[in-house]
Amino acid sequence: MSTSRQYELVYIVSPDATEQEIADLHAQVEAIIARIGGELVKSENWGRRKMAYEIGPHKEGVYVLELINGSGALMKEIERRLRVSEKVLRYLVVRVDEELRAAERTRSRRKVRTGPPAGEGEAIGTTTGGDDDRDEAEV
Amino acid sequence: MADEQRRGGRGRAARGGNADKGTGQRRSLFRRRKVCKFCAEKIDYIDYKDVRMLMPFVPDRGKILPRRISGVCAPHQRALQTAIKRARQLALVPYVAD
Repeated sequence: MSTSRQYELVYIVSPDATEQEIADLHAQVEAIIARIGGELVKSENWGRRKMAYEIGPHKEGVYVLELINGSGALMKEIERRLRVSEKVLRYLVVRVDEELRAAERTRSRRKVRTGPPAGEGEAIGTTTGGDDDRDEAEV
Repeated sequence: MADEQRRGGRGRAARGGNADKGTGQRRSLFRRRKVCKFCAEKIDYIDYKDVRMLMPFVPDRGKILPRRISGVCAPHQRALQTAIKRARQLALVPYVAD
């Protein structure tokens, strides 16, 4: 239970890193996941893109996204490795399972509300329209 | 002369600020009611990776657009705020821009 968390990891690799180095970094992450235990759900390479500001001397970077199921200890180890490697300009780990679950919940709730009773959607519309009426009265 | 002008001004003010601003235009739409973009488009999860979605809320200066201007509802503004801050860490969105 405690190990079934989902994390999103994005790291920016220096633009002067070779394809091989980028692949190596990915392999390293995979190896850590295999060693400590976890699951690599998705891996995406966004390729080279311009950054909004310079990080050190670099104006662009190679972005890599990994979606990982695992424990906090696993992410800690991955973070440590990324921090050490000098080709990684920056990384960000975000725990997403709870946020995605919350989003899913609101989605299903809306489905229930706007689903079978057709009239109910309109009723909600008029209640939110209360603000509108007041606005017009002001004008 | 001056008297006349003053009277004219007062008269206009009495009719409400709307009258002189909204002439010609559809007057009821002059101050358009702002609706939360995320509620309207039923976006549940504001993803920090989706730069194209965040950029309308980050004006040229780089600051986060206030709710009173964008019309985003409070819960979504909170989510938007964290999304923008995450995107900033990854240099997807600027912290400051001149």
